[in-house]
Amino acid sequence: MTNDSTKTAYNEKLEEISARISAGGGEKYHQKLEEQNKLFVRERLSLLFDEGKYAEDGKFANCEAKDLPADGVVTATGKINGQTVCVMANDSTVKAGSWGARTVEKIIRIQETAEKLRVPLLYLVDSAGARITDQLDMFPNRRGAGRIFHNQVRLSGMIPQVCILFGPSAAGGAYIPAFCDIVIMVEGNASMYLGSPRMAEKVIGEKVSLEEMGGARMHCSVSGCGDVLVESEKQAITEARRYLAYFPANYEADTRITKPGTIKEGRSLEEIIPENQNAPFDMYEAIDQLVDENSLFEIKKLFAPEVITTLSRIDGRPVGIIANQPKVKGGVLFVDSADKVTKFITLCDAFSIPLLFLADVPGFMIGTKVERQGIIRHGAKLIMAMSSATVPKISVIVRKAYGAGLYAMAGPAFEPDVCIALPTAQIAVMGPEAAVNAVYSNKIEAIDNTKEKIAFIKAKQQEYKEEIDIYKMASELIIDEISAPSELRNVLAERLAYYETKEIVRAPRKHPVYPV
Amino acid sequence: MQEVKAAMAGTIFQIEVKVGDSVTKGQTVIILESMKMEIPLEAETDGTITAIHGNEGDFVNEDDVLVTIQS
Repeated sequence: MTNDSTKTAYNEKLEEISARISAGGGEKYHQKLEEQNKLFVRERLSLLFDEGKYAEDGKFANCEAKDLPADGVVTATGKINGQTVCVMANDSTVKAGSWGARTVEKIIRIQETAEKLRVPLLYLVDSAGARITDQLDMFPNRRGAGRIFHNQVRLSGMIPQVCILFGPSAAGGAYIPAFCDIVIMVEGNASMYLGSPRMAEKVIGEKVSLEEMGGARMHCSVSGCGDVLVESEKQAITEARRYLAYFPANYEADTRITKPGTIKEGRSLEEIIPENQNAPFDMYEAIDQLVDENSLFEIKKLFAPEVITTLSRIDGRPVGIIANQPKVKGGVLFVDSADKVTKFITLCDAFSIPLLFLADVPGFMIGTKVERQGIIRHGAKLIMAMSSATVPKISVIVRKAYGAGLYAMAGPAFEPDVCIALPTAQIAVMGPEAAVNAVYSNKIEAIDNTKEKIAFIKAKQQEYKEEIDIYKMASELIIDEISAPSELRNVLAERLAYYETKEIVRAPRKHPVYPV
Repeated sequence: MQEVKAAMAGTIFQIEVKVGDSVTKGQTVIILESMKMEIPLEAETDGTITAIHGNEGDFVNEDDVLVTIQS
């Protein structure tokens, strides 16, 4: 306030109270942040928004209570990459970021704002959970904490919802990340848990560290509750901004197309992909030869690495890639892989990001362990998500696609806009070795002479390979196109542009009955 | 110390190292065969092989320890 005429007593009072609120909690809590390598909530917001600018609502919430600035949460609207977004951000210097009645009301209101504006909503979480002393005012009522989750569910798929986890997300609060499209976790500080280690020890007798039970690395690699593991808060914010660049403001808004890039320099796909179906190779190297350089945003990199799910750009267009990784567990699909792919497909489909499937899959895992885990219903869940997706779907058979693996990777029966085979492709109920064993096991057993036995197996395998020859598949119109590996990027770029206007209207119903 | 564990149920296809060998992080120490695929298992640390558990052709369950590396 530079002009003297604005220097009034009431303005001074406003300035004083506003400054007090902006400073957050007490000095010792700010020191604690520093010790933990954490940033103050308002610094986080300055880094998050374009030019650090934002309009805050409810700043004066609970301002009559001197120790509850903003009631422990900042809710604001600003811009990221030029796109308006809404944000709620816990302030851990105020009662450890815990939720009181007005905290909850502010969070609900920013959700309502994001809904009305139809813009992305970010949750910057660093909170100990409910203020138990205030529970009657904030927990069970119609506009209590439950409403936050109810709103998240309503908003899911309407606008992008992003969670950055800087600190704890405890008990009920742990559902905020769970209902978001993506969860970015800062290693060492972020955690999610329903019951703290102290509670676990008291209630069930388990002795365990926080990191082991609910730490960022655990959630990003074992439970799958986390999507992106980062080293620092700054990196978390950069990643959130980068992520949003792939997404429209809401499910109806236009896709964000950027300037076309070029592929990373490297070996050709012909050099990368071994002809021997059973030999491993690194699918990342193959993906690099298809997408614009530096355009990957990988989701759940550390979780179920036998399948890769990554946002990318091809000629500037956002594409969601689902690719089997033959280098890890042979690229076989497990229960966790099914979870990972299902969430990714629903994410891309909700926001009109086309899907590219790169299939090199021996099938779903078999054996007692996975059957007991219900691999059939988890596989069904994946197939239902893929089958329900109405965005452009391109299925590329890189090498083998056996059994239900072909289905999971958007095989011909699931209405991909095109099913392209590389000359190395092999589509079958099972591989030649397994098939010959299955069909001729009695005959093979009956042959005594080892040489004859091997010759018989070899001959039958050869017959089988001819039966599933890729040109035969193309001749039968099972696949739509065969592409030279080195041509694939151009083929994909061209087709993605053609498929831009795709529209599918399904027969009316409420929703399918989910297999899990 | 690192224990290289079976990534999934399968049989030991090829053992690429001997006790006493030094290995570097990322080096393949053992190859499993499962679902007709070769599954390479890598050392996650630099070190020396101190033990190999099992022989080529043995069936192993997921998480069975196959190789021990002393870093």
